Amino acid sequence: MSRLDHTFAQLKTSGRKALIPFITAGDPEPGFTVPMLHDMVKAGADIIELGVPFSDPMADGPVIQRASERALAHRVGLRKTLAMATEFRKTNQTTPLVLMGYLNPIEIMGYEDFANAAQRADIDGVLTVDLPPEESAECVALLRARGIDQIFLLAPNTSAERVRKMDEVGSGYLYYVSLKGVTGAGHLDTRDVAEKLALIRQNTALPVGVGFGVKDAETAETLAGFADGVVIGSALISKIEAHLDDPGRARSEIITLLASIRHAIDR
Amino acid sequence: MTDHYDMPDARGHFGPYGGIFVAETLMPAITELNQAYQRYLQDPEFIAELDADLRDYVGRPSPLYHAQRWSQALGGAQIYLKREDLNHTGAHKVNNTVGQALLAKRMGKTRIIAETGAGQHGVATATVAARLGLECVVYMGAVDVARQALNVYRMKLLGATVVAVESGSKTLKDALNEALRDWVTHIDDTFYIIGTVAGPHPYPAMVRDFQAVIGREAKQQCLAQTGRLPDALVACVGGGSNAIGLFYPFIDDESVKFYGVEAAGDGIATGRHSAPLSAGRPGVLHGNRTYLMADDDGEIIETHSISAGLDYPGVGPEHAWLKDIGRADYVSITDDEALQGFHALTRMEGIIPALESSHALAYAAKLAPTLGKDRIIVVNLSGRGDKDMHTIMQREGIRL
Repeated sequence: MSRLDHTFAQLKTSGRKALIPFITAGDPEPGFTVPMLHDMVKAGADIIELGVPFSDPMADGPVIQRASERALAHRVGLRKTLAMATEFRKTNQTTPLVLMGYLNPIEIMGYEDFANAAQRADIDGVLTVDLPPEESAECVALLRARGIDQIFLLAPNTSAERVRKMDEVGSGYLYYVSLKGVTGAGHLDTRDVAEKLALIRQNTALPVGVGFGVKDAETAETLAGFADGVVIGSALISKIEAHLDDPGRARSEIITLLASIRHAIDR
Repeated sequence: MTDHYDMPDARGHFGPYGGIFVAETLMPAITELNQAYQRYLQDPEFIAELDADLRDYVGRPSPLYHAQRWSQALGGAQIYLKREDLNHTGAHKVNNTVGQALLAKRMGKTRIIAETGAGQHGVATATVAARLGLECVVYMGAVDVARQALNVYRMKLLGATVVAVESGSKTLKDALNEALRDWVTHIDDTFYIIGTVAGPHPYPAMVRDFQAVIGREAKQQCLAQTGRLPDALVACVGGGSNAIGLFYPFIDDESVKFYGVEAAGDGIATGRHSAPLSAGRPGVLHGNRTYLMADDDGEIIETHSISAGLDYPGVGPEHAWLKDIGRADYVSITDDEALQGFHALTRMEGIIPALESSHALAYAAKLAPTLGKDRIIVVNLSGRGDKDMHTIMQREGIRL
């Protein structure tokens, strides 16, 4: 059983929902990331999505774009992100870590080399924004052989047929993008999400996390009513961006926000 | 090579290249577009409307012109210019925007978006949007907005909103990123007119099919004027739409050599260039697998070219395939060489070419003397140079 399967099974037993924070590796500087990962676990994170900085983040809004740019200014890319994951695992063997990013860094490293490197870093899942199931067979097979889950995105306009395809190809969980747009975008309609999730669940037994546009504890609480997990990214990164001159303050504000969301989704 | 070239496959693959590598939200729109493209390119009514637009609005066929004086000066092969610079809006880009706009209309889309580098595609898109009364938003890197101010103004006159993109390297690739972000946000009513043979399937095949009118005409015209096929075709390659448009109808004519000319910028060895086929490696960007300029971490490297339209780190996937199978040769021309080509044509033939096309001209000037006087080279003169006056004046320190 993968670490992700185990985590979702445990949450289900205890009647809780997964809190899944996202930060970009190396933002605002490389030394910030690993301690922040541990702090997020302490603040109640069940799973962590760690963003791999990319020069051309086509699906991201301005907040995560700028996070990538800050990380790249410190030359943090896929290799250094993997090194941070390795560092994190030295003192945490339980919290699943999912790499989230774009395909090109993996392409350039080579699928097999990447799968091996991800295994050595003890990565649990890989979410590649621009790798739809149709093109994913080779990558999925290499990862699966090493016990790593490939996580796919679902969108509001994804058909039932495609949900079944993701269910077949993907594992770990599915990530439902709650709106048509980029990360951190405007208004998330929780009623729409509830309706769509009901349809998705008719076509997959995989846990479903919801993200894109989750800004506060209230939205997270509503989403937790019908999702298996709530992903929060841009709202956390906004804290980093607001305190670039004081990373310690960014850290404490992220911890506070996550703790309040933890509290809300456990209500 | 098989006798009949038949690419891409049903899923948009040219061998290992091409495909559909996009975020999930775009998948339904791409499927819808692919269905419309498959349907209407077989539809006689659609084809008739497209042909009429190309004739009466664009001004096709564009001439094939024998550059006799220049050929004589070079002392080798006869150079013929396919005059895409004479099209409405001044470049080959309009062949594609007219076609995609007709598709958008058939699909009931009310809003058009586009990315642009030099601004030629932006102008060609704003033009067709004005004609059809559609809302139009053009994304353009802030660096390109500054160096192609004239085209920015043309787009605004035509009623388009021009958004200066401030992210990343602020050039064409970033404009494409921003256009993709717009599309994903307005997926229901928006048609994205991609300007080159890149992007996810069906764009590389669809844009090729719209641009193939260049090669179809050139073939007929060459046969009519000389009684035979050309020996070589030369075209500049940024994304590669004018090149594929010229090459494609000749693809089964194995005696016809293809030369795609990339921008070597300050020189390939300096790393400051835009030549992924000459000095890049396969990867995935903007929806397809192709040759890219990327570092060891897979981050896209900033490109350089004097010509904004060639300043792109990727290239259409079909060019990647034609390179690998050896059907086309990809060469490169530096900024300085392109400027020489620019001046040579201007002074020898009285035609002021675009800086993009000047790369093809500069390569033709190298190739022609190596071939006999009875040989024929067709160069795609993909655009006119008016838009580049400012760049050239600045570069050469000219004040009026």
